[in-house]
Amino acid sequence: MTFVSDVAAATLRNATPLVYGTVGETYCERAGILNLGIEGTMYAGAFFGFLAAQTSGSLIVGLLAAIGCGIGAGALMGLLTVTFGTNQHVAGLGTTLFLIGAADFVNRLQFQGSQEQTSIKPFATVNVFGVDVLSQYVLTYVAFLVLVPVAWWVLMRTTLGLNIRAVGENPEAADAAGVSVAHTRYIALLIGGALMGIGGAFFTLAALGSFTLDIIAGRGWVCIALVIFGRWRIGRGVLGALLFAAVYALQLRLRLLPSWSGVPFELLLALPYVVVILALAVSGRNVAYPGAYLKAYRRA
Amino acid sequence: MISLRLEPRAAPARWLGLAVGPAAVVVTFILTLGFVVAAGASPIQAYRTFIVGPLTSRYDGLEVLVAATPLLFTGAAVAIAFRAGYWNIGAEGQLLVGAIAAAWAGTVVGGMPQVLAIAVMIGLGALGGAVWALGPALMRIILGIDEVVTTLLLNPVALLIVTGLLNGPWRNPVTQFPESREIAANAHFPHIIPDSRVNLGLVLALVLIAAAWFVLGRTPIGLRLRATGLSPDAARFAGIGVERIILGAALTSGAMAGLAGVSLVAGINFQLTDGISSGLGYTGIVVATLGALTMPGVILAALFLGDLVVGADSAGLELGVPSQLADIVKGALLLVVISLLVLRRNRIAIRRGTEAKGAV
Repeated sequence: MTFVSDVAAATLRNATPLVYGTVGETYCERAGILNLGIEGTMYAGAFFGFLAAQTSGSLIVGLLAAIGCGIGAGALMGLLTVTFGTNQHVAGLGTTLFLIGAADFVNRLQFQGSQEQTSIKPFATVNVFGVDVLSQYVLTYVAFLVLVPVAWWVLMRTTLGLNIRAVGENPEAADAAGVSVAHTRYIALLIGGALMGIGGAFFTLAALGSFTLDIIAGRGWVCIALVIFGRWRIGRGVLGALLFAAVYALQLRLRLLPSWSGVPFELLLALPYVVVILALAVSGRNVAYPGAYLKAYRRA
Repeated sequence: MISLRLEPRAAPARWLGLAVGPAAVVVTFILTLGFVVAAGASPIQAYRTFIVGPLTSRYDGLEVLVAATPLLFTGAAVAIAFRAGYWNIGAEGQLLVGAIAAAWAGTVVGGMPQVLAIAVMIGLGALGGAVWALGPALMRIILGIDEVVTTLLLNPVALLIVTGLLNGPWRNPVTQFPESREIAANAHFPHIIPDSRVNLGLVLALVLIAAAWFVLGRTPIGLRLRATGLSPDAARFAGIGVERIILGAALTSGAMAGLAGVSLVAGINFQLTDGISSGLGYTGIVVATLGALTMPGVILAALFLGDLVVGADSAGLELGVPSQLADIVKGALLLVVISLLVLRRNRIAIRRGTEAKGAV
């Protein structure tokens, strides 16, 4: 049974950053903004969160720095796509390029590349009921037990959530009803960015305790796929995150089996990405995008 | 109370079209000043090294052409796809698969005449890139699945295949480094300028870009492609086979990106290494956007970014400013350009008093 419980525990752990990222991206897209800045936002959250934790000696300061980074990245996306109304694809990719460049630049200045940098003592796991599977990081507990229900409740049951969905579905109607489209979209981007920052910081402050180059390795893009897979619903998006994480955890175990020793582990590492693409092929057909997806809003 | 808001202009401002390039460069440098200062360098000196430096010596000047070569391919690849309204963001992965194909081809063509050996490498590299672009294109056309996410997700997959090959079956048996065997000598792209690394890849890129310029602007296929990009529904209504155009644009784009990989393997590295691309595919998006998705624009933008890359390397060596500054500037430049382009269509209006309440 250790195999099953190991995989289950690893699944929850690996799904955690994806849950933060996917919920964050869902908020942005429900407001009508495709935030391709997610990959860079997670990367910046991972690096600057680590840097702040390392220099201050406090993991909480690190986490706050990551959140601050995410909010800053969300504000940048807001300036570009809401205030200026630029193309969302290009704005998001530019934000990602800029943030990854900035993190790598400071990493180089501060640590002379990733090799010589020291690691930090990361968040420890807590074990509530003495079951192996539930020996998890606080950030994991928060993701599944606090973030997911609260994010769902805010999006579906509060005025703010209704406004976010309204400006993403039909901004003209929302505007006519007295909802500020720009204001609401900014709020969604800031919330989304903060969550993406936490998702990135999970790698450096909890899972690894150190920063390596290319640490996010496309997981931001995975979150974009999971949002579509989940059809912009938080529950289904989390399900997708668990699917990716389960395949990821399985391939980690497969590597240890002698019969798989001849397969380069990188090919197994590619497996979860391929599974997500296949999952999209099955479940992403003819999905209904938010009505104002990719559309900047200007009063006529 | 004073507020700023954007108001649409009656017609796009023509003068801004010409001014956007230089203005964007200036604004970008001001916005990225903080990084240079943080690295302890004098901004003026740093940007001089960055921009002007490469043009002051023959060797560095020619290195700009070397650095621009793969960007010409990836920039054109992205521009062709974007013009068709197909968001191929997978040039990075397509480049890597093209490089894998070329690195394999280069080791088996040893016995062939040089012309044939090079032709085989080019053909297989282009095919590799196109194959990597095929899946997302078919998923878009048949299943209606957004190509942005599928092309993006295949980038890390391609990189993992490269590192998997290099750490596994292709590991150099002599050095034990994660790099493939060197390609045969007769498969090397010949140098076209003596005492430099400028090679056949540059000529190939320019010829293909000229061909793309002709096809896009001067043929019925180009017209259909542009119509598809502007409005797929209108194009379909006009009887254009939108699906075939998109498939063609996606595969051409993938093949061009694959050729960027060939130009690196056959012209510069002569083997596959895991750091062979380092973001050249993503930089292609910067090149294409900076070049306004036109072929002459792509050439100018690729040369400018090539200049930045070479300048960033010497800034790293001479001033201790990490060469990652080039990545920051690329990203910032892209954002500044798209923001400035908004000013072509909108003017900034300054409102005073109660009027401002209506501002969004």
